[in-house]
Amino acid sequence: MRHRKTGRKLGRTAAHRRALKRNLAEAIFRHERVKTTLAKAKEIRPYVEKLITLSRRDTVHARRMFARDIQDRKLIQRVFSEIGPRYQNRPGGYTRVLKLGTRHGDGAEMAIIELVERSPVIEAERST
Amino acid sequence: MAVPKRRTSKSRRDKRRTHWVLNAPATNPCPKCAKPRLPHRVCPHCGYYKDNQVLEVKES
Repeated sequence: MRHRKTGRKLGRTAAHRRALKRNLAEAIFRHERVKTTLAKAKEIRPYVEKLITLSRRDTVHARRMFARDIQDRKLIQRVFSEIGPRYQNRPGGYTRVLKLGTRHGDGAEMAIIELVERSPVIEAERST
Repeated sequence: MAVPKRRTSKSRRDKRRTHWVLNAPATNPCPKCAKPRLPHRVCPHCGYYKDNQVLEVKES
């Protein structure tokens, strides 16, 4: 029985799931908006939000906790200097999941997960 | 082992199948472009979701 067991397995082993979460979180921090399946977007959301909450407090400890999951030093730098401060006054809910409909091939429900306030720089890059 | 005594007649078989129906998915007109769109989804025709949230380039 799966009573009260939360979370999706996403057809992966535990290690694979962890890697997937980290990779997706990294992609979200890098691009601020990511297209994926609805199941993955929903699964990743609380995880990304917790990381962002960490990044709002710029202490050595917070950075180290963050670095447990995201190891790219440059990216850590950027998240703590740009993304964290952006959400100083937002009590959670830093991300938004938009449903897109189903994908051809396997009919998977697709979605966009994006940061609620996006950096104009990254937005500009996208449109080029 | 339990086994059918009679072959199912065409009539019974077909009556059973009267409930095999597909319903069209519920759509609503997109508030932006008025084309049908699945509820709670980004409109695939104009790329809008809610007010003016342009979400993707629509070229296809």
